Amino acid sequence: MSAEAHDHDHGHDEHEHHHKDTFITKYIFSIDHKMIAKQYLITGIVMGIIGVGMSMLFRMQIAWPEESFKIFNFLLGDKFAPNGVMSNDVYLSLVTIHGTIMVFFVLTAALSGTFSNLLIPLQIGARDMASGILNMISYWLFFLSSVVMICSLFVESGPASAGWTIYPPLSALPQAIPGSGTGMTLWLVSMAIFIAASLLGSLNYIVTVINLRTKGMSMTRLPLTVWAFFITAIIGVISFPVLLSAALMLIMDRSFGTSFFLSDIYIAGEVLHYQGGSPVLFEHLFWFLGHPEVYIVLLPALGITSEVIATHSRKPIFGYRAMIMSIIAIAFLSTIVWGHHMFISGMNPFLGSVFTFTTLLIAIPSAVKAFNYITTLWKGNLQLNPAMLFSIGLVSTFITGGLTGIILGDSTLDINVHDTYFVVAHFHLVMGISALYGMFAGIYHWFPKMFGRMLNKNLGYVHFWVTATCAYGVFFPMHFIGMAGLPRRYYTNTNFPLFDDLQNVNVIITTFALVGGAFQLVFLYNFFSSIFYGKKTVQNPWKSNTLEWTAPIKHIHGNWEGEIPHVHRWPYDYSKPGHDDDFVPQHIPMKPGEEQLHH
Amino acid sequence: MTTLLVLIVVVLLAVALWQLTKIFDLTQVGASVNDTQVANDNDNKVNGYLMFGFLVFIYLTTIWCLVYYGKFPLIGDSASAHGPEIDNLMVITMVLIFIVQTITQALLHYFAFKYRGRQGQQALYFADSNKLEFIWSIIPAIVLAVLILYGLYAWTNIMFVDEKDDKDAIVIELYAQQFKWEARYSGADDVLGKANVRYIEGVNNLGVDLSDPNAQDDFTSTELHIPKGTRVIFKLRSQDVLHSAYMPHFRAQMNCVPGMVTNFSFIPTLTTAEMRENPDMIEKVANINSIRAKKSADLVAKGEPALDPYTFDYLLLCNKICGASHYNMQMKIVVDTPEEYKAWLKENSPKTIVLAVKTAAAEAKAAAAPASETKDTTTVTSNDTTVVANAETK
Repeated sequence: MSAEAHDHDHGHDEHEHHHKDTFITKYIFSIDHKMIAKQYLITGIVMGIIGVGMSMLFRMQIAWPEESFKIFNFLLGDKFAPNGVMSNDVYLSLVTIHGTIMVFFVLTAALSGTFSNLLIPLQIGARDMASGILNMISYWLFFLSSVVMICSLFVESGPASAGWTIYPPLSALPQAIPGSGTGMTLWLVSMAIFIAASLLGSLNYIVTVINLRTKGMSMTRLPLTVWAFFITAIIGVISFPVLLSAALMLIMDRSFGTSFFLSDIYIAGEVLHYQGGSPVLFEHLFWFLGHPEVYIVLLPALGITSEVIATHSRKPIFGYRAMIMSIIAIAFLSTIVWGHHMFISGMNPFLGSVFTFTTLLIAIPSAVKAFNYITTLWKGNLQLNPAMLFSIGLVSTFITGGLTGIILGDSTLDINVHDTYFVVAHFHLVMGISALYGMFAGIYHWFPKMFGRMLNKNLGYVHFWVTATCAYGVFFPMHFIGMAGLPRRYYTNTNFPLFDDLQNVNVIITTFALVGGAFQLVFLYNFFSSIFYGKKTVQNPWKSNTLEWTAPIKHIHGNWEGEIPHVHRWPYDYSKPGHDDDFVPQHIPMKPGEEQLHH
Repeated sequence: MTTLLVLIVVVLLAVALWQLTKIFDLTQVGASVNDTQVANDNDNKVNGYLMFGFLVFIYLTTIWCLVYYGKFPLIGDSASAHGPEIDNLMVITMVLIFIVQTITQALLHYFAFKYRGRQGQQALYFADSNKLEFIWSIIPAIVLAVLILYGLYAWTNIMFVDEKDDKDAIVIELYAQQFKWEARYSGADDVLGKANVRYIEGVNNLGVDLSDPNAQDDFTSTELHIPKGTRVIFKLRSQDVLHSAYMPHFRAQMNCVPGMVTNFSFIPTLTTAEMRENPDMIEKVANINSIRAKKSADLVAKGEPALDPYTFDYLLLCNKICGASHYNMQMKIVVDTPEEYKAWLKENSPKTIVLAVKTAAAEAKAAAAPASETKDTTTVTSNDTTVVANAETK
């Protein structure tokens, strides 16, 4: 190790000794990545409670459309649920805000925000993010956007209700749907702030990974988590600005009379002045973000899974380089497949052919990942901790949900299942549930790192098994009602006797959803009580190889007392022959003559 | 009643799971302080078996769904010429998916069960195999190539229809607005007149250019009639927001986009009457009617009117969120025999838009003449969509 680095470390430590944290700088406007990670997580959990809660409400409406529920009246008020009967406007609002919150606020911001922030510096051996201030600003912008989104729930005309994809003209014209008034304005403002937050975060992650790796930590020695966060940040930087421009253009159309997305509209008894715009343009811009967004959500979850499966299998991840290549391939392909959301949007059918081709290509790297996970389990010594269960669950839902993507990605088959419940089932399994499992796996695995205490494993087991059963119970039958032609976003199906025979399936689905939703309380209890009363952890409870477990349990600025450990090997030397333990952390030097798999 | 049953199930499940935690807790006795929350051999064993059980659960769910829904395609046999092509591709893809799903889920959960951790067990240090990676890149690639080729072949056949190739083809405009559909027929000249929302006025609610010679014989209908065996080319328009014309029985769907005209075409192959005679459809309708009969009995007991029995009709649904009453934007489709269709045309083609506009103008004039209590009948037609939607519900 060089003297220079030593001096630097020393200087840093000294600086820390001078620094005295007040409550505000430690818990609120913190620039420490570990605290910011916790802030993201807690905010995400709060948003998650709201998002999941909403889905419970509209699932009840779909299953029992003619019943009245006191809880509707209690939660939605007299205006939106008079006598406990949900109004059709608020149904669409719930669907819209559920989608928005879960996709953006929980699975994008909270998942990436928590684990990128926590793990990137700790796993690459850095004192903190490249810019602590930017990191803090990023979190507080995210917080602000959450607040604005929540405020939009309370405006008089109701929150945004044009679907989370906010296709104009529906989202542009308050005459078309009440939610497109103030509610939509706040939605757009919230998303604009959100995108700024996301971009600041992503830039920080990219710079940190490129510049701040510790000595010996070459790119091919990075844990797959960091690879996933790194690539995710790159996709985010490429695609989020496009949504920002779409949102700005929509704001212009709504408030300043431009015609980017609107043309030839007659509504509420008058012809509007818009001329020459096209809603299809908006769809292109939206999905140029919207599809990579799926992978922004999914890749961090897959990265976490790679780490968790390897650690708890006590076995190297199978095909480390293939995993990196497939992450990069997925990231690249994800930016050229957006048109598969638009096969029947009215765009030229020739484009449909092209997008079918690129879309089905993406199945190849995805299949490689799935097979590699399964092979990693083979002949392992599986420690079935809750984190491991959620990771195995992720692989399971990723396969089930991914396979139906072959149907939806095929333009010909998409004609008849587009916008039916088949789509809802598909993307909830492959992206929603999988990413949530990834998040849970991450929380169970790194909770000791975050809070110095362990989560209760038995509550964890109950949480997993009920969630897993309910997730399949909800989304598996849903494919079938989709194939039977039931469109999504219908407030009730009672106007179609054709679908009467699907109603009992909807009841089954809702029952599973309610049970599954209720059992998330087990997790919440476990999480919040363990922060204060959980069993104290040892430094490296899972006997893991990565650098974060060499840092002290108690969080300190700069992560390591003294110098940062140097890295001598890749992170997956589990059960390597010739070692006493079944794990060899990255900072342990190679034995003389020891064979190295990756350099 | 259902609510009560569901509640009971929820409570029982909760109790069962509470007991399960107790069992988990009992396995903890005697563990050392710091690694009590790390899985031990017993946890691995219990969860390993549960993994195996979960595999069984996935298979049972699959089998139950397949048995319960029985026959593919679930919406019933297709009623268009290109339908069987889509259905075939769907069945081939589904079979492939089920095979892959069955095998991979079995491997995943079986490995999780088989290799559950035990004290002293050594994992295999096996990190790489180019051969394996190659195999599972190339197999999906080949399978997908076949699916892509088949899919693109079918897609090209369905979507690239040259209007000039098919001289007999009928062109019909499907017009969408919140929250109803209308169909515009081209009349004797077989050409639809020009239209734009800026021409919308009174009963001319589709915005047809009344000065266009081609528009003189255009007429509209709120029920879509199409003849069996002839290609129908739909020109889709929307006056307000995005809608999607979804005709599931014909395996047809296309968005209606304000500001542009989109196309979809197919050849109907089964008349409404023929579809009603289809054995699968008879079974489906009987099932639906028994469900409705039960529901009716409940309703009557509450003093509400009973539900009408269901007879099958083709439907055009809106399948793109379009506003509060999106859930009830539908139009009946009737597939006629060519003779019936001719008769229907003969009956309806005189009711042209031009004539309706003239009549309305005359009526307005007549109403204005007495000068007192003017009721403007013309303005209530297209705008007040909620009224229309409600009327259609009834």
